[in-house]
Amino acid sequence: MSVELDVFVVNTTIMDEEVYQLWLDGYTGLGHNINQLTHIDILDTVIHQSYESCYLSAPSSVNDAVKVRMEGGVLEGCEASAEVLHSDTMDQYRTFQMCERLLHSPVKLANQLLFQIPPHRQVMLIERYYAFDSVFVREVLGKKLSKGTKKDLDDVSAKTGVTLKSCRRQFDNFKRVFKVVEELKGPLVENIRQHFLLSDKLARDYAAIVFFANNRFETGKKKLHYLTFQDFAFCAGQLISNWTVGALDNMVEDMDVDLEKEFLQDLKELKILITDRDLLDQHKSLVCTALRGKTKAFNEMEANFKNLSRGLVNIAAKLTNTKEVRDFFIDLVEKFIEPCRSDKWTAGDMRLYLTHYTNSAHVLDTFKHQVVWDRYMGVIKSCILKMYHD
Amino acid sequence: MPGKLKAKIVAGRHLPVMDRASDLTDAFVEVKFGNTTFKTDVFPKSLNPQWNSEWFKFEVDDEDLQDEPLQITVLDHDTYSANDAIGKVYIDIDPLLSCEAATVISGWLPIYDTIHGIRGEINVLVKVDLFNDLNRFRQSSCGVKFFCTTSIPRCYRVALVHGFVEELVVNEDPEYQWIDRIRTPRASNEARQRLISLMSGELQRKIGLKVLEMGGNAVVGYLQCFDLEGESGLVVRAIGTACTLDKLSPGTAPNTTTHTNTHTLPNTAPTSNACNSPSKDSKEPVFSEDPPHSLSGPPTPLRTLPSSSPPPFSPSKPCSRQSSSSDTDLSLTPRIGMGSGGSVGKEAGPLKTLLRQHTQSALEQREFPIFTLTCFPPGFLVHVGGVVSTRSVKLLDRIHNPDEPETRDAWWEEIRQEIKSHAKALGCHAVVGYSESTSICEEVCILSASGTAAMLNPRFMREGCLDTGGSDHRLSRQPHPGMVGSERGEGEVSSTWLGFEDASPPSCGFVHIPYDEFNMPFPAQLTYCYHCRRQKVPDVLFTTIDLPAEAEVTGKGCLIQARLCRTKKKAQGEVNATSISNLLPFMEYELHTQLMNKLKLRSMNALFGLRIQISVGENMLLGLASATGVYLSALPAPGGIQIAGKTPSDLSYDQHISTMQKRIDDTIAKNKELYNIHPPKLFTLDPEAFTGLNTECIEEVVGSPIPDRQRSSRLFRSTSESSDELSELDLSHGKKDAFVLEIDDTDAVEDIQSLLTDAPIPAGFYSCNTEVMPGIHNWTSGLQMFTSVRVYRLSNANLTNQGLNKIFTDLCENLLKSLYFKLRSMIPCCLCHLNFTVAVPEEELIQVAVTAVAMSFDKETQQAADKALTRGSGENEEQLQFSMELCGESTISNNQPTAKPSGVPESAMVHSSRAPSVDYGSFADRCSTWLELLRLKAHTIRRGSVKTISSSERCSPLPEGRSRSLRSTRSLPCGAPVTVVKMTPLSFLPGTRIVKYLGIINMFFIRETTSLREEGGVSGFLHSFIAEVFAMVRAHVAALGGNALVSYSMKECVFMENPNKNQAQCLINVSGDAVIFIRESDQEAIPPLLTSRQTSSTGADGTT
Repeated sequence: MSVELDVFVVNTTIMDEEVYQLWLDGYTGLGHNINQLTHIDILDTVIHQSYESCYLSAPSSVNDAVKVRMEGGVLEGCEASAEVLHSDTMDQYRTFQMCERLLHSPVKLANQLLFQIPPHRQVMLIERYYAFDSVFVREVLGKKLSKGTKKDLDDVSAKTGVTLKSCRRQFDNFKRVFKVVEELKGPLVENIRQHFLLSDKLARDYAAIVFFANNRFETGKKKLHYLTFQDFAFCAGQLISNWTVGALDNMVEDMDVDLEKEFLQDLKELKILITDRDLLDQHKSLVCTALRGKTKAFNEMEANFKNLSRGLVNIAAKLTNTKEVRDFFIDLVEKFIEPCRSDKWTAGDMRLYLTHYTNSAHVLDTFKHQVVWDRYMGVIKSCILKMYHD
Repeated sequence: MPGKLKAKIVAGRHLPVMDRASDLTDAFVEVKFGNTTFKTDVFPKSLNPQWNSEWFKFEVDDEDLQDEPLQITVLDHDTYSANDAIGKVYIDIDPLLSCEAATVISGWLPIYDTIHGIRGEINVLVKVDLFNDLNRFRQSSCGVKFFCTTSIPRCYRVALVHGFVEELVVNEDPEYQWIDRIRTPRASNEARQRLISLMSGELQRKIGLKVLEMGGNAVVGYLQCFDLEGESGLVVRAIGTACTLDKLSPGTAPNTTTHTNTHTLPNTAPTSNACNSPSKDSKEPVFSEDPPHSLSGPPTPLRTLPSSSPPPFSPSKPCSRQSSSSDTDLSLTPRIGMGSGGSVGKEAGPLKTLLRQHTQSALEQREFPIFTLTCFPPGFLVHVGGVVSTRSVKLLDRIHNPDEPETRDAWWEEIRQEIKSHAKALGCHAVVGYSESTSICEEVCILSASGTAAMLNPRFMREGCLDTGGSDHRLSRQPHPGMVGSERGEGEVSSTWLGFEDASPPSCGFVHIPYDEFNMPFPAQLTYCYHCRRQKVPDVLFTTIDLPAEAEVTGKGCLIQARLCRTKKKAQGEVNATSISNLLPFMEYELHTQLMNKLKLRSMNALFGLRIQISVGENMLLGLASATGVYLSALPAPGGIQIAGKTPSDLSYDQHISTMQKRIDDTIAKNKELYNIHPPKLFTLDPEAFTGLNTECIEEVVGSPIPDRQRSSRLFRSTSESSDELSELDLSHGKKDAFVLEIDDTDAVEDIQSLLTDAPIPAGFYSCNTEVMPGIHNWTSGLQMFTSVRVYRLSNANLTNQGLNKIFTDLCENLLKSLYFKLRSMIPCCLCHLNFTVAVPEEELIQVAVTAVAMSFDKETQQAADKALTRGSGENEEQLQFSMELCGESTISNNQPTAKPSGVPESAMVHSSRAPSVDYGSFADRCSTWLELLRLKAHTIRRGSVKTISSSERCSPLPEGRSRSLRSTRSLPCGAPVTVVKMTPLSFLPGTRIVKYLGIINMFFIRETTSLREEGGVSGFLHSFIAEVFAMVRAHVAALGGNALVSYSMKECVFMENPNKNQAQCLINVSGDAVIFIRESDQEAIPPLLTSRQTSSTGADGTT
């Protein structure tokens, strides 16, 4: 006797979060059963706890039954439980598969008629569907979201241990979000939140991913490996809110996926800080006066001032070139963070130095580009501070 | 002539891409009714077209309005080639034809294609202007209300029950017409869908005409079925109970709190023919006619009443449990279980005799004193005899003349006659809880009918009103305004009153035998009623009806199933029919035995909602009997089950038997605990009833807890056959055969096997196939309706009967186990109205479909009714609290939008911590509409300004900020939020009150695929189809302005596959009553809100 057909359909769609996670994690319908068995203990305890809290007097016998069946092991009990589990999992997987189409445009999920899903479940479905593994996103961050990249996903999968199926879902999510917001005007995070009904946190992460993909920032170099996705996401947030067109005026009907061209042009003017010798010396002395006695690394700071300043200003000057924009982070690390690290600056040193470095420029009489300088250094400072760790 | 149908096509959304080049669609709509077609303009290049058409007007006969559906076809315009159809929507106009039902159909309806399934949605508006036609010769029956519900619908009051109505329409099945060879599957499916829709309409109209003829205005318990007879044609038939219903004005509606479940009818001024007005609710003493006893001295306590009001019933009476027969046109079947008919109680007391005569005169004028109701107004049901059923095997032949479906009519008439005569044999005049079904395999068709023989109170019939009793009541129940609200205790009043009316104590009257004890239809044990100890009751009672509200039940009930599989040889024509009809009586007998044994095993004594289904396949017959077992306090305690070996020869054999016996005893003891069956001992000790009781027995019973009592009674039986406690009262013979299982008998071995293999139901779960579970009162509002379908392939072709039985039993058990697992998050809960349907779609295939509703309840199940009420309001508070929390949070996040705009995750966390695991039902109730919530969250955060959300704004279906706040260039389709539509096979929703019935939903869908593998195989195909059917039902309910579908049933689910060709086809027929409900706790507080919502949101938002 074999089960030819087995379906279970409910009016209010049931979705087990654990099974959903398994599905998202890419355990396939056929092979997942064993996987689920290993997960069952977790599932069991989770459910059990929630039951306990709801009905203190009623230890859930169903879970006990599952447990018993699990403990029964290879004997007949196991067979029965595996059957039920299998049937249940298949039902859920089918539901998820049918839902997937809707999840691709979450707004549809809210007003579709096929599945009656309570709103908090919808939120959960969307949020989890668009959630991503930080190891995975670290691999593709800044890469072009193209077919070529997609083809390489099996390497990424092998490297990160994330299943290929899951990699593809995550990649497709990035691409889908990218494609939708690419054509939209207005604030990036807002657009993502509206069109994908994501939480603020997740929308910001996606904004970072889109921003990185659009500007093709290099993140894969070995020197950048120590940086996490959250480091980059923070930097992206800074760049988006300060260096893009939308940053200055929210009402400007333009996207904030691209850096503001005018601003980048203006950055060239900062070169005077390193080309003009007087200005450079003046700047150095101002900074050193302020720092003296306040840090152990003062000597190194004083010795390296010119190099470091050249590094930062050169980065600014080069940003008009899109190729150079891609190297923004690697430049920051090579030209600034690494020298400081080799001189054993602490995070406090770094903050102190950057604060005075930025502020001292205002005192320079001949330096006329205060606004641009602040806009530039504000971002640079917070990025460096975020990136300055082991 | 008189009727103007108006339709307006507003918009479409989520349309499929029809033009690959542009990834867009140029959609337009055809609106067709009868032979008239209108078209909208083409809305170019959009997946979300806004047609906003004019009103298309159809001037049509009301006859057509009833028969025809409005057909809406969405097409993709193509300049060069033929326009491609995207899909269709059929709209049944019928709900708009009754002034009390819906007034407009408006909302998003799924566009359905039989090959692709749902392809987007369309927003339509449909209205009907009806001119009154008083032509006596009219062919239409507009205005007759139809209800699937098999009880008197809430918010109506029954003035009269007219009786049985039936009709049958036949036609050629388009699938089998010659033209089918040349048309596409889509065209063929659509022809079929349309035809069935037409036939349903016609059928309903014709039944309506009959109802009008009888003077009624409604059909309750409307049951419509399709017989797909293949080559021979297509039969659509329906039965129902014609009634005259009076609408209750909302203010005076009797508040039947859901746990009591049934019809406390309002005590409004008595109409001339509604002579009976039932038990009074003690909560509403204000409007009451004065009970008759106001003049007849002080209210008498219940106990003493019978002495003053009549029934000196004969001291001894016979008993029956089931009478059935199988019959063929070949007349080869022996009848079983039937005694000689007609037994009017010779020695019955004068009143009873009188009652009988009146009932008879009232009922016998009817051709069929048959009622499809399963729940009755109080006092309607006097006595219940037992189950009557009939089966008949017929050979199908082509229906030559569809306009005169005489053969089919004759078949059913024959069956109903037989049912009637069975009922007579049980001393009953009427059959209640009646249903009909068929099972077809090739050219063989088994017609089945079953019901419960009963004696009814004639006062509900028109003729009955003329009887003396009735007129007495009418006279005595004239309102005495001066005495309203007098100091009499209301509870006492109602009981005395009822007592008088029914001439027997209300809670046990229905179990008293209606037949003559000395002329019993078949042997059974009788005892005095354990409740009133005045009349005889059978030891076991089987019925097809729901548990009457007044019945006193000890403990809880449970689902009891008997399953049976019998092989048969493949054959053709008459030989086949003969062999089937030869098998039937044996199957019925075995099913009956199984049921009886399982009932004993659970220590119960009555079955309700019994439904025996026998399905025929090419090489086997399947029998499945489902019922809900309960322990009726008025019936004697069931004895145990004793196993006896025929030849007690060797030791090991004896040991085997004793271990078996022990297992059975253990199970019984366990079940008693499980179902909380602790019958009150008082009755068993009552000297009046048990004068000659064995002293030993009394000692045992007094001194020991319940399990011991059980043991003792069993002991008696095993030690001395003659001195058993029942023997004193038992005047009949052969009393033991139901209890003793002889193990030498192979059948018995099988029985024992099946008895003991029934897996115990997991703790926290209960199950029943009736409306509600006796013993559970405090339902929460958490509920989940589900359908599960399984198809099994029997791999081994040469299976024995035993082997097949085992497989079939396992199959049902596994299905149940699976359901328990899947619904574990709802614990503690009860699966109610578990409806199993079995079929043998092909050789070696068994299909089982289950539809039921899981309802959760509060753990403290033994709490009183008032407790349940407070709980209800408590939940409401919770709901309020919840929404306030949400608002609060979004406000907070608004206060500091730049600093920390993290309102969404926070509130999301609140949700998840609030509703851990997979608990939906309860959650769903807390939020009015889902999108609204989602949107609110997004919306409030999006806006920069601080904004408090007032409750009125929360209720408004369209927060206006949405469109403005969207600065995007793309237009997002966002209409009204999706209404939550609850579905349940029950006639009510716990904790709510139905305020309006909007009309019957009766839909038929065909889905076909030629890419089965791509759609996820058979399971994927059927899963999405059932989900689509649910979605379409919900959408149509919502379009009528409703928020729930009650009395839902999936009548047909025919699945055919051809995996080799990568094809499959499925037909589904569903029905139910669309209703508007409100939370019980809301009803005082915000009724105006409901009405305003309804009107303002055009029916899109009517949820709690």
